[in-house]
Amino acid sequence: MIPSAFDYAAPQSLSEAISLLQGNAGQAKVLAGGQSLIPLLKFRLAGPELLVDLRKVPALDHLEERDGHLAIGAMVRESALEHSALIASRYPALLDTSSVVADPLVRNYATVGGNVAHADPANDHPATMLALRATAIANGPNGQRTISIDDFLVDTFETALAPDEVLMELRVPRPAAHSGSAYVKLERKVGDYAIIGVAAQVTLDGEVCAQAGLGLTNAAPRALRPREAETFLVGKRLDEESIRHAAELAASAADPVSDLRGPADYKRAMVRTLTTRALRLAAQRARQA
Amino acid sequence: MAQVKVNINGAPYQAEVEPRLLLVHFIREVAGLTGTHVGCDSTSCGACTVLVDGVPSKSCTLLAVQVDGGDLQTVEGLERDGQLHPVQEGFWEEHGLQCGFCTPGMMMTAVALLERNSNPSDDEVRRAISGNLCRCTGYVNIVKAIQYAGAKMRGEPVTGAAESAA
Amino acid sequence: MAVAVQGMGHSVKRKEDPRFLRGKGNYVDDLKLPGMLYMDILRSPYAHANIKGIDASRALAMPGVLAVVTGKDLDAAGLAWMPTLMSDKQMVLPVDRVVYQAQEVAAVIATERYIAADAITQIDVDYEPLTPVVDPIRALDPSSPLVRPDRENKTNHIWHWEAGDKEATDRLFEQAAVVAKEDIYIPRIHVCSIETCGCVASFDRINGKLTIWMTTQAPHAIRTVFSLVSGIPEHKIRVISPDIGGGFGGKVPVYPGYVIATVASLQTGRPVKWIEDRSENLQADSFARDYHITAELAADADGTMKALRVKTVADHGAFDAAANPSKFPAGLFSICTGSYDMQAAHVEVDGVYTNKPPGGVAYRCSFRVTEAVHAVERMVDSLALKLEMDPAELRLKNFIPPEKFPYKSATGWEYDSGNYPAALHKAMERIGYQDLRREQAEKRARGELMGIGISTFTEIVGAGPSHTFDILGIKMFDSCEIRIHPTGSAIVRIGVQTQGQGHETTFAQIAAEELGLPVANITVEHGDTDTAPYGLGTYASRSTPTAGAATAIAARKIREKGKLLAAHLLEASPDDVEWVDHQFQVKGDPSRAKTMADIAFAAYTNHPQGMEAGLEAVDYYDPPNLTFPFGAYICVVDIDRGTGEVKIRRFLAVDDCGNIINPMIVEGQIHGGLTMGMAPALLEEITYDEAGNIRQGTFMDYLLPTAMETPAWETDKTCTPSPHHPFGAKGVGESATVGAPPAIANAVVDALSHLGVTHMDIPIKPWMVYKVLEEHGLAQP
Ligand SMILES: Cc1cc2nc3c(=O)[nH]c(=O)nc-3n(C[C@H](O)[C@H](O)[C@H](O)COP(=O)(O)OP(=O)(O)OC[C@H]3O[C@@H](n4cnc5c(N)ncnc54)[C@H](O)[C@@H]3O)c2cc1C
Ligand code: FES
Ligand code: FES
Repeated sequence: MIPSAFDYAAPQSLSEAISLLQGNAGQAKVLAGGQSLIPLLKFRLAGPELLVDLRKVPALDHLEERDGHLAIGAMVRESALEHSALIASRYPALLDTSSVVADPLVRNYATVGGNVAHADPANDHPATMLALRATAIANGPNGQRTISIDDFLVDTFETALAPDEVLMELRVPRPAAHSGSAYVKLERKVGDYAIIGVAAQVTLDGEVCAQAGLGLTNAAPRALRPREAETFLVGKRLDEESIRHAAELAASAADPVSDLRGPADYKRAMVRTLTTRALRLAAQRARQA
Repeated sequence: MAQVKVNINGAPYQAEVEPRLLLVHFIREVAGLTGTHVGCDSTSCGACTVLVDGVPSKSCTLLAVQVDGGDLQTVEGLERDGQLHPVQEGFWEEHGLQCGFCTPGMMMTAVALLERNSNPSDDEVRRAISGNLCRCTGYVNIVKAIQYAGAKMRGEPVTGAAESAA
Repeated sequence: MAVAVQGMGHSVKRKEDPRFLRGKGNYVDDLKLPGMLYMDILRSPYAHANIKGIDASRALAMPGVLAVVTGKDLDAAGLAWMPTLMSDKQMVLPVDRVVYQAQEVAAVIATERYIAADAITQIDVDYEPLTPVVDPIRALDPSSPLVRPDRENKTNHIWHWEAGDKEATDRLFEQAAVVAKEDIYIPRIHVCSIETCGCVASFDRINGKLTIWMTTQAPHAIRTVFSLVSGIPEHKIRVISPDIGGGFGGKVPVYPGYVIATVASLQTGRPVKWIEDRSENLQADSFARDYHITAELAADADGTMKALRVKTVADHGAFDAAANPSKFPAGLFSICTGSYDMQAAHVEVDGVYTNKPPGGVAYRCSFRVTEAVHAVERMVDSLALKLEMDPAELRLKNFIPPEKFPYKSATGWEYDSGNYPAALHKAMERIGYQDLRREQAEKRARGELMGIGISTFTEIVGAGPSHTFDILGIKMFDSCEIRIHPTGSAIVRIGVQTQGQGHETTFAQIAAEELGLPVANITVEHGDTDTAPYGLGTYASRSTPTAGAATAIAARKIREKGKLLAAHLLEASPDDVEWVDHQFQVKGDPSRAKTMADIAFAAYTNHPQGMEAGLEAVDYYDPPNLTFPFGAYICVVDIDRGTGEVKIRRFLAVDDCGNIINPMIVEGQIHGGLTMGMAPALLEEITYDEAGNIRQGTFMDYLLPTAMETPAWETDKTCTPSPHHPFGAKGVGESATVGAPPAIANAVVDALSHLGVTHMDIPIKPWMVYKVLEEHGLAQP
């Protein structure tokens, strides 16, 4: 499997990158870790004329807390998340996610930015970003803008980014006290895309759920936020009964398709199971937080 | 065409290549180091694993131009001064290979693991090699081989499954 | 003093490893010859279509493209079709019709790999899609599309084959108190050795010699076939099978790519390399299994098995290109009475064409033995459920008793040796069978699900006695040639070919044992038809039973001459010289002894007048019978009630492969075999949609187990030597692949049996299990 020919540029600055994208209207593609894009090129399912590699663009690989949020530079690798003490201590759902994306070798290249920008409903980070209520920072010819994750993820392989815009950063609000989060993924084997994945974040006020965020992987044409389930949880005691009910609501929000990963009704049932498990784990972590 | 300049196992290589040239083909065909293999086309098998700046990487899913200026290590660079790397020794002693096709990639992943975690559990070893497929061995002896290497690198006494040739 | 030879029973460190460990293996794709060209193949997107025209002009106009080969070109040379191993023929390239998706349509020959890859996208093929037939049962309906109009017989039915006594079987079924019956589908799977297939064909116009480096498990057979098909004299063809990155049966057949690359080299006079991609390998190369089985097992009320009746529809794809001995279109499937003493059995198989890739090769197993074992081992459990009897007890009650060996089975095989109860008892004890059953009962009471599965299989390997077994008329013997050098080292050349089994070590050990030379002083060579003696190759666990035996016999021939030399050196009568502790000595006087090294030196420097110089021998070994390795496997699974996932908690394999050459290598073979047994039980399958599109065409969906899915296998052994093999060995490379799938399937069915489940087809996927849980209200997040 060999890609068809293309040009390649590794600009030294963001503005250079943007003007390369702008100058090749629609025919250029950003190259981040390449772990989604290069397989597509090899199978000749994509054939851009130009690849704009972000590896030399400065200030895209920061991973730190700033002004009440976690800033994840678009070029931060999954493996960096996986081995970060900060992530392990305060953003367990991100740790869960980064340790189940693909396999350890792919994670050494795959970027969190690329994972979200690729907008594959089978990718794991979009669901987590929904549950954590992240925002995306993009930069293009018209300057920088902030996009909520819900608006960012438009459809299968489609984001709010214009072809000449670069995703710069993902911002995850720093969780309030007594918060816990988790990502639970069911896969056919290690390294596989999810049959279903569920991300959850809850904030507890005593035993009562003050805030809830949920995100579903591979349960619909795009990563899905089961809103009714979230709304239901707020103000409820976070016990087995309310968790089960929320899981039921999440399952009815899901719109999975039958494929090699299982029939649609099985996947819907898995949304129920995994939502239950993710909420249990998030709640347990919130109690320990 | 683009210039690619890299070090592989300490030796410089430089070539004018098409941007689409996959790193694995640069290593095998431009540098002539055929120990790194290709086993799939979907980034699944890890037969192509090499270290790029110390990081285990699937070289079939990198463009040669992406690693321009990089420092690469392949299986051919493991032996030093006629001395097998402990990981190579472990694979030999514990019968960690059969057809040998996955072995170079598997060993490169193992080398990187042991650099980061000098005393992994069996489960950590299995997790670390989960991007490397082996069709022959059933992994049990690969895990033992890596544990052998770890012990050796920690300076602990080691005994493998094999008796050495008389 | 005895010579330290490291012969039989030693875990000798592998002699082939030093090159592999350093990245210095010589796999086909590593070869680079001056002037070498590259070939890439254009494949059909349709499962069934007429080809109305192929326009290659755009491709040919590309710089670096030398040729585009199509079926029309080959047809002109009479090479558009080639014979299969099963008296069928197969398209090399189609002239006017494609019959499966990913079938080769045209090939580009170019100066570079990347150019060849570009050029195949520039060939325009005018297809007229036809309706395909993908289901073999439907294919038998006369109204179905005809896959092979080229055949005289206008039907998709290829052959009917049967074994056993139908009348006696039917009678026993009529009288039986209990009959268990299941429909068992064993899906199409693919060996997926990590190295794909390929070759470098190099025709030297000056001396007229064709050399082909090929990923093949059977270089000699390939040479003969190529000579017969091409008309090139056999001494002008050299097939070299260099280091092979796994075979498992997938590298036995002749693939069109080999033939096209060869034709291209003949035409251009330059070396041509063809290496397939993984997707091509998975989508077009020979598959394994694809057996639709209906099995019935009859027994008395007390559980005494009486008879087995099996009907099978075998999906062969568009050509019958199975790799079986000629007289065995269904391989050794009639071994399906397994380890059980039955009065009668009747087995029928019908081969069918469909619009799918051809195949029917092994998957790390002897010809169709896995299918047979899966059927009978599943049926035993199904019968146990009917009888409400413990599956271990039912097995122990019906095993062929040790004293009945050699045992003539109801389908006509003569089992050489076995002790089945000993193996099962050992396995049950070691795993704590009774405790596990107690635990299971307690868990069931709490609604938790665990299962214990047993498989007590018998293999049949080592084809074969040449009166029964041949491949395209070539008898299935195998060979060894040994030459001892003056200073006491030796070269051993064998007719079989390693793909990771460690022949360079184990065959040196066999020779060392028989010759009294240290393993370190013995080189083993194989895989080059110019130097190795003729052999049928390595598959179906036949190397040790056949070529291993040949090695021992060749060494013994050398010993006969050695004895004369020893007598000469020791100034004794040959009758007074005996072989003790790896050396010759005068009977009763260990102080008067000569080592093989002494003898070797004398053979070239000091042999008696009238004796030929040199010390070498050849043996072509024709085994008197097959060998019958066996084992008792126990698998324990836990089931996740929230997801239906099956987790293998423990898996114990007790194997009996007779006498062991290298225990470390045997254990490695078992680990690998178990993993390739687990894979089709839980993960791997190839399916097609109605239009004949493959659904698992890459490693993203064809799920090879990683280290995470693979359990930490536990192994143990019993030892029942083969009475007819020169050193009592039986062959082991594949036992575990054969024995493991039913152990796992039985464990899952066992976990669900109280819910009325008697059978589940493999691979058992989480959603299948979950469905059962949900139906019985047992699903719980
Ligand atoms: C074998 C295998 C298994 C995998 N399994 C999983 C899995 O289980 N779960 C999972 O989530 N993912 C999986 N992936 C995908 C992997 O995680 C991807 O690499 C990741 O989703 C994309 O990140 P990347 O950095 O590699 O992006 P790239 O491949 O470089 O880019 C992906 C897309 O995003 C665009 N893009 C990337 N970065 C930016 C940016 N900063 N601005 C604008 N556009 C951008 C690119 O133009 C491209 O269209 C798997 C990949 C492989 C090869
Ligand atoms: S060749 Fe398979 S992952 Fe690189
Ligand atoms: S040793 Fe053959 S694939 Fe691993």
